[in-house]
Amino acid sequence: MKLLVVEDDRETAAYLVKGLSESGYTVDQSGDGREGLYLASSGSYDAIILDRMLPGMDGLALLGALRAAEIGTPSLILSALGSVDDRVKGLKAGGDDYLVKPFAFSELLARIEALLRRGAAGTTTTKLRVADLELDLLTRSVKRGDTVIDLLPREFQFLEYLMRNTGHVVTRTMLLEHVWDYHFDPQTNVIDVHVSRLRQKIDRNFERPLIHTVRGAGYCLRSADERKSD
Amino acid sequence: MRRVLSQVRRLVKTHAFRLASLYFAVFAVSMFGVLVFVYWSSADFVERQTQATLDAEIAGLAEQYAQRGLSGLVQIVAARSAGDRGDGVLYLVTNPDGHPLAGNITGWPEGTPVAPGPVAFNVSVKVKGETQMRPAQGALIVIPDGYRLLVARDISDAALFRERIKETLLWSGLVALGAGLVGGAVMGRNLLRRVEEVNRTAERVMRGNLSDRVPLKGAGDEFDQLAANLNNMLDQIERLMAGMREVSDNIAHDLRTPLARLRARLELSLIGVPEDGPQTEAVRAAIDEADRLLATFNALLNIAEAESGARRNKAEPLDLAQTARAAAELYEPVAEERGCALTLDVEPGIMIRGDRHLLSQAVANLLDNALKYGGGDVLLSAHQHDGRAALEVSDTGPGIPEDEREAVFDRFVRLEPSRSTPGNGLGLSLVRAVARLHDGTVALGDNGPGLKVRLEFAAI
Repeated sequence: MKLLVVEDDRETAAYLVKGLSESGYTVDQSGDGREGLYLASSGSYDAIILDRMLPGMDGLALLGALRAAEIGTPSLILSALGSVDDRVKGLKAGGDDYLVKPFAFSELLARIEALLRRGAAGTTTTKLRVADLELDLLTRSVKRGDTVIDLLPREFQFLEYLMRNTGHVVTRTMLLEHVWDYHFDPQTNVIDVHVSRLRQKIDRNFERPLIHTVRGAGYCLRSADERKSD
Repeated sequence: MRRVLSQVRRLVKTHAFRLASLYFAVFAVSMFGVLVFVYWSSADFVERQTQATLDAEIAGLAEQYAQRGLSGLVQIVAARSAGDRGDGVLYLVTNPDGHPLAGNITGWPEGTPVAPGPVAFNVSVKVKGETQMRPAQGALIVIPDGYRLLVARDISDAALFRERIKETLLWSGLVALGAGLVGGAVMGRNLLRRVEEVNRTAERVMRGNLSDRVPLKGAGDEFDQLAANLNNMLDQIERLMAGMREVSDNIAHDLRTPLARLRARLELSLIGVPEDGPQTEAVRAAIDEADRLLATFNALLNIAEAESGARRNKAEPLDLAQTARAAAELYEPVAEERGCALTLDVEPGIMIRGDRHLLSQAVANLLDNALKYGGGDVLLSAHQHDGRAALEVSDTGPGIPEDEREAVFDRFVRLEPSRSTPGNGLGLSLVRAVARLHDGTVALGDNGPGLKVRLEFAAI
């Protein structure tokens, strides 16, 4: 997998390159907007990490130019501007996700992985399956084996999001954003409580747990046999 | 009636009243002194005049006696007594037995001792056919051979004059005192009113309305000067407080980047390291600590942004009921885990104009607080009434004492029993900033037992 990092702050760029390389990605880096656009225009990247404020060319302008050239490489915008409107602007300009600086590397990694998957999947499915757990998007019902599991609407959304990212880390922030559309961190670890409640319903009476905690990052739903090195 | 009494009691306790009373007392004493002096000097003047007339008469008669002897004296006394000269001089010449020889007094006045010198007696005088007893004052002269000469003057006019003066002075004194009293009261009340304005402003400022100022009359008097100085002082305090906030916000802003780098390095150091390596636990703990710091900084910056009003124009119509419901869904499992009930009592479709994200965060903070510090069952309600949308979070915990309710809105303020629980003391600061941003109000009340937090906005 090949990633492009367009970031002018050297420290952040070095940190991103190092972290992503060590996580198994090939990373190109540019500190200039125009150069970044030139590199991205090749269309040879699987995802782009883009700072909003860049010398030469603004990050959003770069993205606009890229999308105008019909290059749909999934992009994640990094920004020091934290307010929601900036997020909306970034997403409107063609960004696929938005992350506010300072961010945790695990958060960025989880989001990049989610972006890469989105690019790969894209097909519309009506049923999600992980091991013996099945979620029907049409009837909005959940079964594990032969047992029907009753979920509240939010729990259903919660599980759906976890299942769409099967085998990958989903951070607490990603869950809050996708299930509640909340872009702030509640003081209490609310998400942990939701996960433990979901575990009660999904995993309690079954031999193999599906929901796993990834220390320092978030949660991951996977069947026991597909172990990912994280 | 009671209100009037309490007002009077309050008035009596004021400095203005005491000052006015003191001036009034000094005024009253000095005026009394002036009146006594005027009375005394005018009475003395009349007395002297009487005495001078008598002295002149006696001197004249003595001269006659010296020239013409007793008969001459009798003659001249008879002559002077005959005419009604209107100057009220009384004469009497008697033989040694007290038998009158001449004069306009019919007989020796009763009870008057026969001793030379000043005498005072009552005399009957015919005025317009009526006999009146009038006071008289004069001198008795014993002529050789035992004959007596009494020269006196009717002093009833003088007494009347004195009486008049006394009355006049008394009345003018009373009027002056009354005017002084009323003037003092009016002055005190005006003084009190100006001081009261200053007091009321100070109270409002203490209640947190830091932009309030003392109104100026424009008269340029010392009260205006005082008000202007107070206002300048308030300006400075406001500036200083804003500066202090700015500093803390700047610190949060400037420390966020190095802290994030620190965290990044720690995080990178964990990549490729075995999960149960020797340093892993320590590094993870350091990362958690950095996360908590970052969360505090972010919260501070969030509050600063909300307070700056920069997001004011981002308001859009939203359903407060939906916001409440979503937040309740987020916190319901937390409540269950803590063994409390989180009840939702929401009227559907409460439309207000606002920032959904900030309002959600405010409601989340309130629920967080209620569950963390309140304990007991929590009720989240949202209702619409008279064009106002109200959202209430109430718990059945220990509540907050009334005198501390204002303080908990300040940044980093945490009350005693909750200091040991995790948290940064910024939750309610954000709630208030969000309420103000929406031109709404937030109030803490008693839920009996427990705390009730009420947010109010204009409904659309």
